[in-house]
Amino acid sequence: MAYSSAEQHHEPHSFWTRYVWSQDHKVIAVQYTLTAIAVGLVALVLSNLMRLQLGFPGRFAFIDANHYYQYVTLHGMIMVVYLLTALFLGGFGNYLIPLMVGARDMVFPLLNMLSYWVYLLAVLVLMASFFVPGGPTGAGWTLYPPQSILPGTPGSDWGIILMLVSLLIFIVAATMGGLNYVITVLQARTRGMTLMRMPLTVWGIFVATIMALLAFPSLFVSGVMLLFDKTLGTSFFMPAIVSMGQALSYKGGSPILFQHLFWFFGHPEVYIVALPAFGIVSDLISTHSRKKIFGYHMMVWAIVAIGALSFVVWAHHMFVSGMNPYFGFFFATTTLIIAVPTAIKVYNWVLTLWNSSIHLSVPMLFAIGFISTFLIGGLTGLFLGNVSVDIPLSNTYFVVAHFHMVMGVSPILVIFGGIYHWFPKVTGRLMNDTLGKLHFWVTFLGTYAIYFPMHYLGILGMPRRYYAYDNYAFIPASAQQLNAFITVAALIVGVTQLVFLYNLVHSTFRGRPAGSNPWRATTLEWQTPDTPPGHGNWGAEQPEVHRWAYDYSVPGMAQDFVPQNSAVAGGGDDHDQKAAGRKKT
Amino acid sequence: MSVAQSARHDAGGARDGMPSAGKPALWVFMGVVTVLFAQFLHAYIVRMGYADWQRLPTLPTVWLNTALLLLSSAALQWAQVAGRHGRRAGMRAGLFLGGALALAFLAGQLWLWRQLTALDYAIASGPASSFFYLLSGLHGVHLAGGLVAWGMTIRRVGHNGVTADGLLAVELCARYWHFLLALWLVLFGLLFIVPPATILAICSSA
Repeated sequence: MAYSSAEQHHEPHSFWTRYVWSQDHKVIAVQYTLTAIAVGLVALVLSNLMRLQLGFPGRFAFIDANHYYQYVTLHGMIMVVYLLTALFLGGFGNYLIPLMVGARDMVFPLLNMLSYWVYLLAVLVLMASFFVPGGPTGAGWTLYPPQSILPGTPGSDWGIILMLVSLLIFIVAATMGGLNYVITVLQARTRGMTLMRMPLTVWGIFVATIMALLAFPSLFVSGVMLLFDKTLGTSFFMPAIVSMGQALSYKGGSPILFQHLFWFFGHPEVYIVALPAFGIVSDLISTHSRKKIFGYHMMVWAIVAIGALSFVVWAHHMFVSGMNPYFGFFFATTTLIIAVPTAIKVYNWVLTLWNSSIHLSVPMLFAIGFISTFLIGGLTGLFLGNVSVDIPLSNTYFVVAHFHMVMGVSPILVIFGGIYHWFPKVTGRLMNDTLGKLHFWVTFLGTYAIYFPMHYLGILGMPRRYYAYDNYAFIPASAQQLNAFITVAALIVGVTQLVFLYNLVHSTFRGRPAGSNPWRATTLEWQTPDTPPGHGNWGAEQPEVHRWAYDYSVPGMAQDFVPQNSAVAGGGDDHDQKAAGRKKT
Repeated sequence: MSVAQSARHDAGGARDGMPSAGKPALWVFMGVVTVLFAQFLHAYIVRMGYADWQRLPTLPTVWLNTALLLLSSAALQWAQVAGRHGRRAGMRAGLFLGGALALAFLAGQLWLWRQLTALDYAIASGPASSFFYLLSGLHGVHLAGGLVAWGMTIRRVGHNGVTADGLLAVELCARYWHFLLALWLVLFGLLFIVPPATILAICSSA
């Protein structure tokens, strides 16, 4: 395990090779994170603009119907793909996988660097669509043909082309990154780090990466074929159609085929975002409640089961597209089954908290907030998983409320929690606690204020996707008041994110020094010889792992945590203890 | 693709006593490409079931190109076997020949495109044409990516006998070539050889 000879490891010295063209996973992680946050801010502003129109219709003249649809589309696409996916896999995955498994870096550092730059290119191409004639696409984030590429939809000239090209580039980036994460977990774990000793964060990111590698090709296929339909006149998804009084040359294609391909990617995508969040939350809860995670093995298998099941539920997004009732029955059943491993995870988090020593630090607040929002969002998922309930609710605000709770707010809370938690390792400084708590409470309560009322709007039948709600007799006037309230809440939550940004920047330079292990955590990334970790992470010798990641409050120990690389006897999970018992007898 | 290429680039650097990551990485990558083409073929077979389906003519060029790719794959296999027996000259010869034949295959595919376009089977002329250009084009892009890796392998096998590093690169190339050959044979079969009725019968009974 000598460190000296490997040629890749001479430390880069110039500013450019160190911070820009860096092949160090930690720098690449920060690049990914900052880019994702920047593009996420764009999406946040778009959502607030959207809310301005919904809360105060017609008051802002520059938000016409076209702009509104462009905001909706780009908000959704950026948040799901360019923020959440990129930040969890490219940001957290890059930073944490090598450190948590005791590796010196990713297995393919050059590929890792390329992955970031290709991701950045995808972001730039997408952003460029704001500046082309006609603006970005307004087809809705699902980009359903035929409308997405036909005149009448905003951005159907250039916006949609840039959107699709950007997605294809993103998929290349995600594949390069994903290959790295998977192989690093499989091949580069340090001595003693068995798979069943990995922290759940690594498990979540690892399984999510495998899912991304299997699901993104489906988006690639639908993207390429739609791009061909748009630019080369093929008819993969385009039926014979009359558009604006003119018969087009398309004929014979199947729009439903696009929906199948899209959702075969789209549903696993939910869990590509959720599984890393599950993993991170497990580690935050265990660390900040000073107690071993309840049912570690069950947690791992639940992650794997959710990953597998999520590939057979996609058509529950298409109940309203029309399908064979037996088909609908099948997909409703699989959708309800996936609630079982998910519920196991929620129980285990709560059981971990039970009788533990809960420290309400900022990361912990976000973790507990996540359990709450995820539970609410998950429960409404059970409603929508049933075909007969889904059909009347599908095109209403109920669905908006559901998916924002379960895959918008929940993963974002985990991202914040994770950033507050690992920031001290990345910078060597702590983030400001008071500002952190302010950020948490406004964000947490604010998102409830935004999304909880939407469930009721949905049950009232208020349709989603609409630009204006004039002349719909069945929508009571009070709905408009509720909409205005939601908009005010959304603006407050939006502005509060500036507190987070300020905290991030200020603490990077002025934060209180953190020491190497401020949370007294067991996992390897907190045991590096330097903080922030130097190039190669471990100095002269890679750590050797002797136990699982959750030895908190082990009876009879001097400290209330035992690092994974500590060789002291005692502790360990049930399997370790059994093995130790066998040795003794 | 750059993925494969870069994977190869780093492959030799087995670090800190770890087993080389190049082989598993290539397996995972081939898995991803398999899923990608499986999705395309799923769409293809669904579309094939529509009443207006008309297959493309099987020009002699298709057979010629298939033979070229077959020979290319065989040449790389030869390079690998020679390398394993420590014969550097044989390894280099096989490597060069394999690459040249792959280039010839790509040129042949472009020629086939021109022939079909001239026969009024342009890309937008019908669903079978659209799928043909899409699938053969994407297969070609993957082979072109392989050729980039091949170019770096040529540099790596150098002049000092057969190194473990160089041999590994040759083996990875050969494996990827066999994979692309198998992929092409599947495409070739589904696009030109197996009657649509048979494909549909198999897929609808499954």
